[in-house]
Amino acid sequence: MTDMLFDRRSLIRGLAVSAGGLTLAGCDRLYAKPQFRSLLQGAEQLNYRAQRVLAGRDALAREYSRLDMSPVFRVNGTAMPASSDYQTHAAEGFAHWRLALDGLVSRPLSLSLAQLAAAPQRAQITRHDCVEGWSAIGKWRGPQLAPLLRAAGLSSRARFIVFHCADDAGGRPYYESIDLDDAFHPQTILATHMNDDRVSVPHGAPVRLRVERQLGYKHAKFVMRIEARERLDDLYGGKGGFWEDSAGYEWYAGI
Amino acid sequence: MRGGDLVKRHRLSTRLWHWVNALTLLVMLMSGLMIFNAHPRLYWGQYGANFDPAWLEIGTRGDHGFLRVGPVTLPTTGLLGVWQAPDGSTQHRAFPHWATIPSSYSLADARIWHLAFAWLLALGLLVFMIVSLVNRHFQRDLRIRAAEVRPSHIWHDIKQHVRLRFPTGADALKYNILQKLSYAAVIFVLLPMMILTGLAMSPAMTSGWSWLLDLFGGRQSARSFHFIATVLLVAFTLVHIAMVLLAGPYNEVRSMITGRFRIPPDKESA
Repeated sequence: MTDMLFDRRSLIRGLAVSAGGLTLAGCDRLYAKPQFRSLLQGAEQLNYRAQRVLAGRDALAREYSRLDMSPVFRVNGTAMPASSDYQTHAAEGFAHWRLALDGLVSRPLSLSLAQLAAAPQRAQITRHDCVEGWSAIGKWRGPQLAPLLRAAGLSSRARFIVFHCADDAGGRPYYESIDLDDAFHPQTILATHMNDDRVSVPHGAPVRLRVERQLGYKHAKFVMRIEARERLDDLYGGKGGFWEDSAGYEWYAGI
Repeated sequence: MRGGDLVKRHRLSTRLWHWVNALTLLVMLMSGLMIFNAHPRLYWGQYGANFDPAWLEIGTRGDHGFLRVGPVTLPTTGLLGVWQAPDGSTQHRAFPHWATIPSSYSLADARIWHLAFAWLLALGLLVFMIVSLVNRHFQRDLRIRAAEVRPSHIWHDIKQHVRLRFPTGADALKYNILQKLSYAAVIFVLLPMMILTGLAMSPAMTSGWSWLLDLFGGRQSARSFHFIATVLLVAFTLVHIAMVLLAGPYNEVRSMITGRFRIPPDKESA
């Protein structure tokens, strides 16, 4: 009994000391330890699994009416990619632009805007949630990703779909990736239209990914190439996306 | 049981949860303030961004920091909006370095803290609720009786609190009605509201559980309620700590660490 009390007491004392140590500068010091950081980062996997189970793998994001749309849809991130190739395409109205779909597929595709327009389309008024905290509601239309992946003959080895973009920051190209649950989700579209007009350059012309169940930074703008991959750790920084590599944002951005 | 006796007061489950929860809430608060710094504006409704009207805003005009709530703007230079970092530099961010985790701006790192401790908060509350139902802590100590919610009784308790007259003898072992109401509000209203408003901001969760959006009136309303519940929890904590200090910090803190509590002597016997 005495031993147990002592154990409890030392446990409580340990908790109290860590409580003190955690606050203020202590937190920053603790966070600098890789083991502690990776312990906290384990929550991302927990969120990924729990949200897929609780919300359902096929659940649809809320769709809104025209009356719910934001009067002004804020532009975020790169407004005009610096690449001269991209700027030439933009000047030509993307007439000669092609979207590559390759990687682990049996029939790599190269698609013009006209071909994208001929593929099965979906229009949706959805909420765009930025990781910073703001939201904007807009209407998006474009081909669904799933039929395009099927047309290209996606290999059974493919586990991720990577979106290579025309923009870069500090010389590092923007890219993003999603799993196959999201890639085959009916609301996952390659938006060519926003609010009934062609997607403007600041919003990601000619094609912006919509992956409605995740935060804004997953919605890659200026998509140039879609690549099916088995793994992400051998690509760029290895974490599956620009913000994931450069600032430590979660790859799974469901919350 | 008489005044002066050392008795067993709080169960192990209550004590463990109290401290784990205290630590968790502190980390959630400070990392949450850093997350708020990424977009220090609050809105009502489904959407809300820079071009939409915010009901609360912490911002900077020139060298001046301000807090605006509705039409009222308060100067907050040095505290909110504009403040000095430890390296002497002037920072233009909403909440200052000493209030946030991490202490220098990083939304990504704050999210990693916040979303990890969120599990501790939610699972801790769930386990505490189940254990407290099974060991009858809720039914025995938090159940509010009809006689206690009579306005005259509540008014009496308020007067006693204001006069800093605390119960003595065996009465000191029971929660008074103000304690019961505030503890019940925290456990059954505020903490669940923090968790649900947090989930209502998740685009993944609101896909499956779209009722969360309807419950709070949209994602941006949920974000506002998340912040309001935070302010209420901070207010509760400040009053809670003040009451502990007034009621005798050594005895009160000991009872929440070891479980042992010395019954305050009755006025007659004192």
